[in-house]
Amino acid sequence: MSRAPVLRRSLTGWGRTSPSMANLVLASGEVDVRLAVRDAGTRGVLARGLGRSYGDSAQNGGGTVVDMSGLARILSVDTTTGHVVTEAGVSLDTLVRVLLPLGLLVPVLPGTRQVTVGGAIAADIHGKNHHVKGSFGNHVAAMDLLLADGSVRTLTPQGAPELFWATVGGMGLTGIILRATVVATPVDSAYFVVDTERTRDLDDLMARLQADDDEYDYSVAWIDLVARGAAMGRSVLTRGWSARADQLPQRLRGQPYHFASRSLFTAPNIFPSGLLNKVTIAAFNEAYYRKTPREQRGAIQSIGQFFHPLDVAKHWNRIYGQRGFLQYQFVVPFGAEDAMRRAVERLSTAGAASFLAVLKRFGPGNPGLLSFPTPGWTLALDIPVAPGLGRLLDELDDLVLSAGGRLYLAKDSRAQAETLHQMYPRIDEWRTVRDQVDPAQVFSSDQARRLFL
Amino acid sequence: MIDAVGDVQKVLLLGGTSEIGMALLRRLAGERRITAVLAGRPTPGLDDAAGALRSEGHQVEVVHFDAEDGGTWAPVMGKGFASGDVDVVVVAFGLLGDAERAWQEPDVAARLATVNYTAPVTMGVDAAGRLRAQGHGALIVLSSVAGERPRRTNFAYGSAKAGLDAFFTGLREALRPDGIRVVVVRPGFVRTKMTAGLDAAPLAVDAGQVAEASVSALLSGKETVWVPAPMRYVMSVLRHLPATVFRRLPI
Repeated sequence: MSRAPVLRRSLTGWGRTSPSMANLVLASGEVDVRLAVRDAGTRGVLARGLGRSYGDSAQNGGGTVVDMSGLARILSVDTTTGHVVTEAGVSLDTLVRVLLPLGLLVPVLPGTRQVTVGGAIAADIHGKNHHVKGSFGNHVAAMDLLLADGSVRTLTPQGAPELFWATVGGMGLTGIILRATVVATPVDSAYFVVDTERTRDLDDLMARLQADDDEYDYSVAWIDLVARGAAMGRSVLTRGWSARADQLPQRLRGQPYHFASRSLFTAPNIFPSGLLNKVTIAAFNEAYYRKTPREQRGAIQSIGQFFHPLDVAKHWNRIYGQRGFLQYQFVVPFGAEDAMRRAVERLSTAGAASFLAVLKRFGPGNPGLLSFPTPGWTLALDIPVAPGLGRLLDELDDLVLSAGGRLYLAKDSRAQAETLHQMYPRIDEWRTVRDQVDPAQVFSSDQARRLFL
Repeated sequence: MIDAVGDVQKVLLLGGTSEIGMALLRRLAGERRITAVLAGRPTPGLDDAAGALRSEGHQVEVVHFDAEDGGTWAPVMGKGFASGDVDVVVVAFGLLGDAERAWQEPDVAARLATVNYTAPVTMGVDAAGRLRAQGHGALIVLSSVAGERPRRTNFAYGSAKAGLDAFFTGLREALRPDGIRVVVVRPGFVRTKMTAGLDAAPLAVDAGQVAEASVSALLSGKETVWVPAPMRYVMSVLRHLPATVFRRLPI
């Protein structure tokens, strides 16, 4: 039997910072993954999906990285229960395309469909519906986890709650997810009924979200972090529901599940660092804010329009140039609105320009020991790497920590171990579970080493 | 990892009492606390350096070696890497020595060659292997403009630095496919205790300037650093002067 190809590769996250060299195993089946784990050297082994985590979560310098995107079969779909059994390397994009004609929608969709099921569980990703539906782990009925000793365990939240919830959000450090049963949501169409509002400033935005956010199934706000003074935190709030067939205009009713989203172009690798700067981003933000109607109710939008405007451009991360960029995302609990206000103020005065900043209200968290979402306000923003950025973010970390908040591991590329441990008070419980199944830390990543996970 | 914003977690400094080395270490740490491994001779100076870093909040490990004693080199890297990945290895030790004795006494000549060439090359190769094995990291090597063209006044030192510079410039190319960076730093006259008592040459700099230039080069992807930057052009001119002119210069 032939072994899976192994490439010596320099790997980075989506932010294209901090590369490291690893032996990348192009697995096409379970046997390849098992052999990679069996033969892992002293630097260990890690699963990698489509590389959309921003920092060093899916890198393992000097060790083995298993490219899971070759394990991409959908094994079964039960249209009555919504149970979908897939291999871990199936992308949410594929899943959306396959399930929609069956009247099912992936239960949680993040800002891109280019993530795998395994990655979605490992990072316990969230989407616009977190406030009502929770994160991805809430919709996993079972998963098969390959452990360090070579055995495979089927985990359910009822049968093995400890290891299940250490693996949901566990950043791939408890084992390699081979297969999962995801519970899809029945929908009537591939479209969404969307209300759009412009808010004056941050307080206006948070007030509106507090007032009636739970009436919507999906909700997110784009926030202008460049605007200062009275307009600081002005936003465009888009919220909606999955559209019923009878809400669709006549021309769409014939094919309510029609889904067309192609990548229209690929960003070339030629952008200079610094192209996205305060001036260009301010201009973009101004135009985006102005073009949005003050208020619009009941617009019909496709999945691509509503969820994934950036997916039309492949490799859009290249527009930040060689130095790359990072994404900073934190959550602070309800009651810590002032911390959110100060963070926005700090980012806005520091001129940490971002053309992708979103604010969302999280609902209850799940039992995932390292799972990111907790009830409160989350802010996520892209920032091009520039001198002084490290100190600004260290300052924000302190602000977030003292407000009882935390950072998102799937986005982190620069936090300090001590800070992060304080943000995740259940990290010791997580370590206990991890040490039971992987005492030698066969599963490891650059991020795990950097943050002493 | 040298993280997304250029912060480091652990630095190994060969030449733990070197002023330039210490300045580099502090510049790499920025306002964060890091783990510093100081490698050097077991002297009060080394303890002082470790104490100073500890009082600034850094974790410090001390490893002893003597650049003049080849028997002490081999364990250094093993100890330095023992507690986890090293993000940056700084090669900062050197010996100016007595230039006049160095061309007349075999022992003195050999000692300068050992400290300034053989020891850094030997330990640099060991470090390079470990950086490759961990899949990330960088070497910063303190060369000197003295290696650019030998002068009558300090050619023994200069010749060793020339060799060191050539070796690490080549090593940089060898390590490129592995993603390991090598930054070769060529300072001019640096005001430190090593040069105390000497008349400062034109374009003299201090250790902080060398550190600043070296770290910005590391983070921006530059590979050879002249400190100060105009030194590059000065040395380019000097290098091409006819020997008859060069020897008359008051340098």
